[in-house]
Amino acid sequence: MTADAEKAAARQQRFMQRFMDGVPHLKLMGIGYRAHGKDWAELEMPFAEQQLADPDYGIIASGAIFTLLDNSAGFAVLVARGELVSHATLDMRVDYLRGPAPGVTVVGHAECYRLTRQIAFVRGLAHDGDPANPIANMAGTFMFAAQQPAP
Amino acid sequence: MTSLALAAALRDERHGRLDMLPYARALDLRFDQDDDEVRLIMPFAIGLVGAPGRIHGGALAGLLEIAGLAAVIVAQPDATRLPRIRPVTVTVDFMREGTPIDTIAAAEVTRLGRRIVNVSSRAWQFDRSRPIAAANINFLLDWPEAK
Repeated sequence: MTADAEKAAARQQRFMQRFMDGVPHLKLMGIGYRAHGKDWAELEMPFAEQQLADPDYGIIASGAIFTLLDNSAGFAVLVARGELVSHATLDMRVDYLRGPAPGVTVVGHAECYRLTRQIAFVRGLAHDGDPANPIANMAGTFMFAAQQPAP
Repeated sequence: MTSLALAAALRDERHGRLDMLPYARALDLRFDQDDDEVRLIMPFAIGLVGAPGRIHGGALAGLLEIAGLAAVIVAQPDATRLPRIRPVTVTVDFMREGTPIDTIAAAEVTRLGRRIVNVSSRAWQFDRSRPIAAANINFLLDWPEAK
């Protein structure tokens, strides 16, 4: 990586962290920035009590994992577009493959594999340390804000 | 097991809170039921906000999943003997933005199997006929005496 590219990446990283700090629901779930590339993004969710569905078994609520993946996907769309244009989740499917180990940090990884004028297509997964042994798999579509006001 | 505490609350009370699930407590969820269904209420709070002025889609998905879980629990024939209930697949459609007011959700069991329960869950705000999000959820039931 050239010095300029490094600087740009660091700038983008600071921007993303600042951006995330301003999203109250991410704060509530303890979700933070981890890494990103040109069409992918990774967020992490260190274990916290408010993510639990079942305190007896230490099981993280699937809703918390859904939130992590929704955001990872949203950030993947942002970096893939390369500009800060608002979008909305159109639909998202999550398959819960297995329960995460108790007390772990869950990582959400998402890749925007196709961008059209109106829709972004994203796939991703959540894991608790080993991406080859995921907790959950996701597929989602995101819609961009209308370019022109509706007639 | 937490689903037992949840089941007991749903069996004994018409309305109450879902504090036995820490995640539901974080979302401040309450329930309200009549003979037909269990409705969950997620009061608006700053902690639910995603994009400025809108409820985060993840919080809506969480609400839809727990509404689904409640529907699966009340659909069980014997409230004292419950399986472990886990979502396997969750597909959520986001139809309208969640505005900063209370969100209500209710779910319908479309097929009650012994191992798989198919559930359709829906969330609305002002008007039930104008859902803001809906989910299809397939739950897997693990019975204590595995065959």
